[in-house]
This record gives sequence, C-alpha cells and structure tokens, in this order.
Amino acid sequence: MVEWLSEIYGGGEFAYAMSILTWILAIIAPLLLAVAFAVYADRKIWAAMQLRRGPNVVGPFGLLQSFADGLKLFLKETIIPSGSNKAIFFIAPMLTFTLAMLGWAVIPWDAGAVLADINVGILYVLAISSLGVYGIIMAGWASNSRYAFLGGLRSAAQMVSYEVSMGFVIVTVIMFAGSTNLSVIVEHQAGGFWNWNFIGLFPMFVIFLISAMAETNRPPFDLPEAEAELVAGYQVEYSSMAFALFWLGEYGNILLMCAMTAVLFFGGWYAPFGFLEFIPGPLWLFFKICAFFFVFSWVKATVPRYRYDQLMRLGWKVFLPISLFAVVFYAGVGLALGLIG
Amino acid sequence: MSWTALAFYMFSSIAVLSAFMVIAARNPVHSVLYLILTFFNAAALFLLLGAEFLAMILVIVYVGAVAVLFLFVVMMLNINYVEMREGFLHYLPIGALIALIVLVELVFVLGAWTLAPEVVVASAAPPVTEMSNIAALGSVIFTQYVYAFQASGMILLVAMVGSIVLTLRQRDGVKKQNIADQVRRRAKDAIEIKKVNVGEGI
Repeated sequence: MVEWLSEIYGGGEFAYAMSILTWILAIIAPLLLAVAFAVYADRKIWAAMQLRRGPNVVGPFGLLQSFADGLKLFLKETIIPSGSNKAIFFIAPMLTFTLAMLGWAVIPWDAGAVLADINVGILYVLAISSLGVYGIIMAGWASNSRYAFLGGLRSAAQMVSYEVSMGFVIVTVIMFAGSTNLSVIVEHQAGGFWNWNFIGLFPMFVIFLISAMAETNRPPFDLPEAEAELVAGYQVEYSSMAFALFWLGEYGNILLMCAMTAVLFFGGWYAPFGFLEFIPGPLWLFFKICAFFFVFSWVKATVPRYRYDQLMRLGWKVFLPISLFAVVFYAGVGLALGLIG
Repeated sequence: MSWTALAFYMFSSIAVLSAFMVIAARNPVHSVLYLILTFFNAAALFLLLGAEFLAMILVIVYVGAVAVLFLFVVMMLNINYVEMREGFLHYLPIGALIALIVLVELVFVLGAWTLAPEVVVASAAPPVTEMSNIAALGSVIFTQYVYAFQASGMILLVAMVGSIVLTLRQRDGVKKQNIADQVRRRAKDAIEIKKVNVGEGI
C-alpha cells in the first residue's frame, strides 16, 4: 500500500515518507469523524433503550450534536488545578489520545491494504493498549485530587488484570492461524462465515469481548470514572480540550477493540457468504466494527456497574483459569485434529 | 546519514538522557516515568536491530505491567525528600564503587577487548532469514535450550509460590461473597408465604 503510493509520488526516500504521511491522514481523518458519530450513536442507542429521544436538536436528527459539543469544549476555559503537576497533567490526555490513534496502524482493511504490515501486529496492538493505562494513571496522580487518584489506581489494577486473560485468548487465535501478523490471521478465516474463528473459539470470543470492555473502561467496568462514588474519577479536574482529548481517546480505543474483535474472530474484511463478495472488504470491516460498537452500547444501557472486588474476582478467578485451561485444551484439540502445523 | 542511523541516535540519546533523569529527578514519580521512557526507547532500539518480538515483549511486560505496578507503589508512598537526601553521603562510597565497575566494563567493551573474536563478527548484523522472529526463537528455545527454559520456568514458579506464601494471611470475621451460594439460592429458600389474618399479625 505504502510502496504503491510511493511509486505514484515519484519514488525515492522523500516520496516514501510522504506516502506514509498520506496514509496516516487517510486513516486518522475518517477515524476522528467516526469517533464523533460513535458518540452520537452511543447516545441515540441508550436513549432508544430507555424510551427517550436522545440528541435531536442540533442538525437533522441531531446528527451534528457531537460537533456542537466539541465546539463548546473548544471554547471553554482550560482550568489548571493549583496543586497539580502541570507537565504531567497535560501530557496525560495527549498520551491517551495518541495511543488510541496508534493502534490503527496495523489493522488490515483489505488483502494487502494495511499501513504497517508487521510480523508482530497483534503483539503491537496488545503493547499499545497496555500503554493506555499510563494516560489514566498519570491524569489521576497529576490532578492532585482524591477522586482522580482513586480512579487512576482502580484503572491501573483493572487494566493490568484483564490484559493477562486477553493475552491468553490471543494465544489461542495465534495457534490456529500460525502467525502474529493480523493479515495472515484474517486470511486464515477466508471462505464464508463457517470458517471464522468465533465458531471454534466461541468461549474465547466471549472472554475477549468482556475483557475488551474492561480494558477500555466501558460499563459495566467503568469503575475508574464511577460517577456515583468518584464523581468522574480521573477526569474530575479536566476541562476544555484536555477533557475532549480523553473522550476522543476513549472512543478511539473502543472502536479499535471492536476492530480487533472483528479481525480476530469475525474474519476481518471477508464477507460472510460468497455471493456478497461484490461489497468491498473495507466496508465489511466497517459493518463489523459498527455491529460490535452496538453490542458495547447495548451492554452499557442494560448492565449495572460491577463492584470493585467482583471485578477483580471475574478477572483473576474466572477468566484467567478458564483461558489458561483453554490454551492447553485448544492446543491439544488442534494437534489431534491436525489443525495446528 | 541514513534514516536508520538518525533513528538510532534519536532513540539512544533519549534513552541515555532519560536514564540519567531517573536518578537526577527530585520527584520519585517523575523518576519512574523517566524509567518508562527509557524502557520504551530500548524497545525502539530492539526494533532497529530487527528483534521485533523482543521489542514488543519489552513494551508489554516491562512497560505495560511491571512499570505500572512500580508507579502504583511509588505513588502510594509518602516519601520525605529531606530524609531521602540524608542517606546520600552515607551510600556514596558503595555507589561510586559500582559506578567504577560498570565504567571499567564499558571501557572493556568499547575498547574492542573480546573473549571470543568470532562471536562478535557473527552477531554484528541480524541474520537475514525467511523465518520470523517468533519462529526462530521457538525453534531454538524448545530444542537446544529446553532444559534452561524448563529451569527458568521452575524458578518463576518458586518465586510465585514464595510471594504468595509471604503475603498470604488468614483473617477471621471477614465478610466474603460466595458466588456459588448466591447462584444456588432459589425463591422458595428465601421467601416464606404466610396467610395473615386481619388484625392478628403473625
């Protein structure tokens, strides 16, 4: 993909760099637009489930609500708490936002259409999502506020805990695909929905989806910002664009996790049936991301928040033993059936 | 200068600077954050060497898990800076000794003094093979070094058991939630329906 555009630009090192920059823009710009509409979709879905109308004033059907909110935040005053650690206070939202964008570099949109086609793609996504905790813990510490600090600490423990079982789920997928390259993992699931990973690895898919919710601090695991006890957790002291960056980062991460679920378990860019292949691959991936985003909203609208000790119990005492066992189990089954080379 | 060399000098200079700031920063939380920056730049150097698997594992394990717990503990501690500075002169001789040893070692390495000259020549550039990092590592670890691999696994297990033994304490009178009990509970165990006559009570 990069080489192809580089040729059009005339070849050479400079053209190569410009080609990469172009592709980065081609991914980030639609992504930010998608994040704005994801917030709108989220609010509309909760509203529908609670028999309300949701945002319906700004623009047709309230479609421009997110942009109005963004403009409002942009025009607000940036308040810096006097006891805060200023440098870290501002690095934290930037870090959250940047990391949420970084993960998209390795998502394959179609056969060969991936910005960074690296061998360790899936480990890269895991690494980037494990870095996400720093934005939150730094925000919590630098704010110099009890609520923010408690939120940051909760988040650190929560994200580290769920990453472990997520890693084991990913190991089962890697075993069958035989590679950590995301494109190869998708190509392994070619040819109709009955070849997709979620059929054979259904328990792993469920664990992955729930861990993804915990990893992105989505309800029912939104303890870092539990408004009933911590006001807004690590976001308490933030205002204006710093707050907006946290929001963009959070939704960027949620969409990334939806994309990862689609890539790992639902055949990425492939169509479920052969006769639907006339619809291009990137559109299929987009549909799948939308479907999982709906599931995320659905869960938020219907499930009450977990208590902290229950959250830790689910991560360490339920998911970790199950996923550990599943790695051994699937390795055995795969070897017995000759599915693992 | 090629892009790779430029990237190498950028990452390595940031790594050295942030490693220096780890010991120079006044605030311990800043120290930990600089340490994380050092880890991250070391991972980038691994990438330049072609060791992509090691780079990712460094970020996932050290930056993503170990350093988070480090930061966690340092943030919770209430550190008295004045008290911390008092011990400085006391530990200066031993610190200087360690620094000297490391310096001598570095001079040996840079001074081209080698135990086995052929080893350095062989490992100067990453081998160009069709095998990916993970396959290459796996093919060596599970065949040639399988005993060392098993031994390190055993050491990790012992360390894990040890840390659990050291921190486990049984307390009485703690209210615990028994999930199995809650799931097993049925309406007929919890509710008793009684016919109450008017004006009599139970």
